[in-house]
Amino acid sequence: MQIDLRTVAIQPQRQAFDHLVRRFGDKAASRYQEGSYDIQAAENLHYRPTWDPDHQLYDASLTRIVMADWYALKDPRQFYYSTYTLTRARQQETAEANFSFVESRGLADMLSDELRAVALNVLVPLRHAAWGANQNNTSVCGYGYGVIFTQPCMYHAMDNLGIAQYLSRLGLLLGDTEALDAGKKAWLDDVTWQPLRRYVEDCLACRDPFELFVAQNLALDGLLYPLVYERIVDEHLSVRGASAVAMLTQFMSDWFDETRKWVDAVIKVAAAESDANRAVLTEWIRQWSARAASAMVPVVELALGSAADEAVGEQLEAFKARVLKTGITL
Amino acid sequence: MDMKVAKKKLGLKDKYKLMTRDLGWEPSYHSKDELYPYMNYEGIKIHDWDKWEDPFRLTMDAYWKYQAEKERKFYAIIDAHAQNNGHLNLTDARYLSALKIFLQAISPGEYAAHRGFARVGREFPGVGPQVACQMQAIDEIRHAQTQIHAMSNYNRYYNGFHAFADQRDRIWYTSVARSFFDDSMSAGPFEFMIAIGFSFEYVLTNLLFVPFMSGAAYNGDMATVTFGFSAQSDEARHMTLGLEVIKFILEQDPDNLPIVQNWIDKWFWRGFRVLGLVSTMMDYMLPKRVMSWREAWDIYGVENGGALFKDLARYGIKPPKGWDDAEKAIDHMSHQFMLGLYQWSFGTSFHSWIPSDADMDWLAGKYPDTFDKHYRPRWKHIKKLAAAGTPFKNYGLARLCQTCQLPSVFTEPDDPTLTCHRETVYKGEKYQFCSDGCQHIFENEPEKYIQAWLPMPQLFQDPIKGDLGEWMKWVSLLDGKDNGDYAGSEDQKNFEAWRGLATTNQ
Repeated sequence: MQIDLRTVAIQPQRQAFDHLVRRFGDKAASRYQEGSYDIQAAENLHYRPTWDPDHQLYDASLTRIVMADWYALKDPRQFYYSTYTLTRARQQETAEANFSFVESRGLADMLSDELRAVALNVLVPLRHAAWGANQNNTSVCGYGYGVIFTQPCMYHAMDNLGIAQYLSRLGLLLGDTEALDAGKKAWLDDVTWQPLRRYVEDCLACRDPFELFVAQNLALDGLLYPLVYERIVDEHLSVRGASAVAMLTQFMSDWFDETRKWVDAVIKVAAAESDANRAVLTEWIRQWSARAASAMVPVVELALGSAADEAVGEQLEAFKARVLKTGITL
Repeated sequence: MDMKVAKKKLGLKDKYKLMTRDLGWEPSYHSKDELYPYMNYEGIKIHDWDKWEDPFRLTMDAYWKYQAEKERKFYAIIDAHAQNNGHLNLTDARYLSALKIFLQAISPGEYAAHRGFARVGREFPGVGPQVACQMQAIDEIRHAQTQIHAMSNYNRYYNGFHAFADQRDRIWYTSVARSFFDDSMSAGPFEFMIAIGFSFEYVLTNLLFVPFMSGAAYNGDMATVTFGFSAQSDEARHMTLGLEVIKFILEQDPDNLPIVQNWIDKWFWRGFRVLGLVSTMMDYMLPKRVMSWREAWDIYGVENGGALFKDLARYGIKPPKGWDDAEKAIDHMSHQFMLGLYQWSFGTSFHSWIPSDADMDWLAGKYPDTFDKHYRPRWKHIKKLAAAGTPFKNYGLARLCQTCQLPSVFTEPDDPTLTCHRETVYKGEKYQFCSDGCQHIFENEPEKYIQAWLPMPQLFQDPIKGDLGEWMKWVSLLDGKDNGDYAGSEDQKNFEAWRGLATTNQ
């Protein structure tokens, strides 16, 4: 039996804040809407940045992408701080359980030397790539326009940092501090890693926030994550008995599945806005994904050897199919 | 049987190093100057970013875990507050004026800080400070959102909250806080850190935060108390970051001292002016008062600030230049503000009022040297006018200070009977100021402050053209609802009627 408790009934004076009523009609607003729409100052900005006097403090013209309303770039996950942290807190519990499972059962020690070497060689230098991704997403958040677009980039940046830290822990667990030292040396000097490092540094030099979003989150991560975590970790290593590695990288796999939906949604809306946007996006995605693919080949070779070319080629096809769904033909 | 190889035991500090600064590398495909282009133009010299001491050590997994815990609690409480008509537990709906100002002026500042910290979190070429700034960046959007969410329920029942986003950009008094945050963000990365990280978060935040949250607790505002408590541990992190920044900069090179001192002078005075509104809240707007502004200043300004600057003296830092002028203003400012707010209350999206006799007696007790002498007579006069049905309204436009954007309502530091007014001519234009502090700030960077958007001249431009009704429309102010005297307002009537419903059987 349901018992309805009675409370004093008071007629509210209004449903929502004015700016939300204008956008969504006269009805109660969600917390995502309240925490995201129009909370960036938009008018009467006082001073031009002393570090960039040609632009406004918030300036949509920093990018070549043009939106009539930057708040159209909705995050399908509707992440605001609370839903974001609650989601990641749950995932970090799983990751913690996975790490302690691997540690407590000595699974790391049961890896063959060969598979352990592959895991360390491929994954540990990626902690630096993830740190680059962190700075890039922080940059998009800092200089992008409109909270709907910039807010998830801050969350993404913190995720990138979290991933860099999980990869560091993985390195420590499988190969101690020597593994981290060796990984950093490879990242800096080994020819295998130079195309990727160059890609990341070129991103750091890129100051168009939307291009940076494309280069980092769509082009690079759109190839790197499936190649590394699906093809190398899940298919190559797990099949050969190194499923412990997959446990240690489950966060990254889940994270990529989740975040790509947001990345695609942003690209789709921006492309649908105008032919000009679509042309700019096509140009960017073409350039950056071609570079990302060739940068990934030597990395994938570390695990797959001569099959790397084919794997990257297949992944590039899958990437094109993914991008096609956003309305962009490569 | 295989022997398990014992792993090296890493200390917390070393481990955190591997999780943060060891992730960085020296770029070689681009120069450092190209990737971190804003490091030199302010003149600050940093020789070794590795000397940065992490102010706190928090990896992302721990961050998510702790923050999620706090978020769960916060939203559980504000949900319950909304469901149970928690707003009826307020001492009085007058109290909401303080919250309305907060939502229109301070919460947007939290958002601005979010963006500012994201920028410096990208621009510093050291992983340690980058990570610390990024964590503050994500915290600050949290604060903006929890504040909006906590006040959302008040908006459903009370006037004055509904247009905070419009008023942030357009109404005259919010440009005080807006210009403050815009000023910090348009400065270079090091100055931003001294402005927000050090001066605001470390030196002044207690003056804002403690009175505000205690005021909320004293006045039955569970929603605000909850975001206050929930933000407290974030603020503690932000304060340690602010202190580390200044020590780090000063230890890196002796040439940094005069630059930093100049920023401290500037941002102390900027912050002091912004926080002036807090004085009014404490002395006038809280139906149940926590302590007077003077008492708060003595604790959080004189005692805490004094200890801080004693500590920084070993670096050669002196207390901020405006410190003595601030001290002289303490016993006057809340009264001067409230008198100003009352006479311009037709143009504010919150209510003000004439203090009751009991309130005036309280004020006289807290300000024995100033209230009865200078301010009670004015209130008495205003009260007489109101009783005669001709309430005092100043439809003249306030003269705003070009720097802090407050109306010139302050008096000379050494003569409380004389309004303080300064002016400067720059490139043939005359600029007005409320104080020596604001004039100096302008004269140090005139090219910056001549750009300030001043809300009063806007009144005479399209689409307003001097028409008050048009102006109200433009700032989304509902005349007769959002503005004016609390006495007789809708908020007052509704609150009393609803409280009657909740507490009697009528």
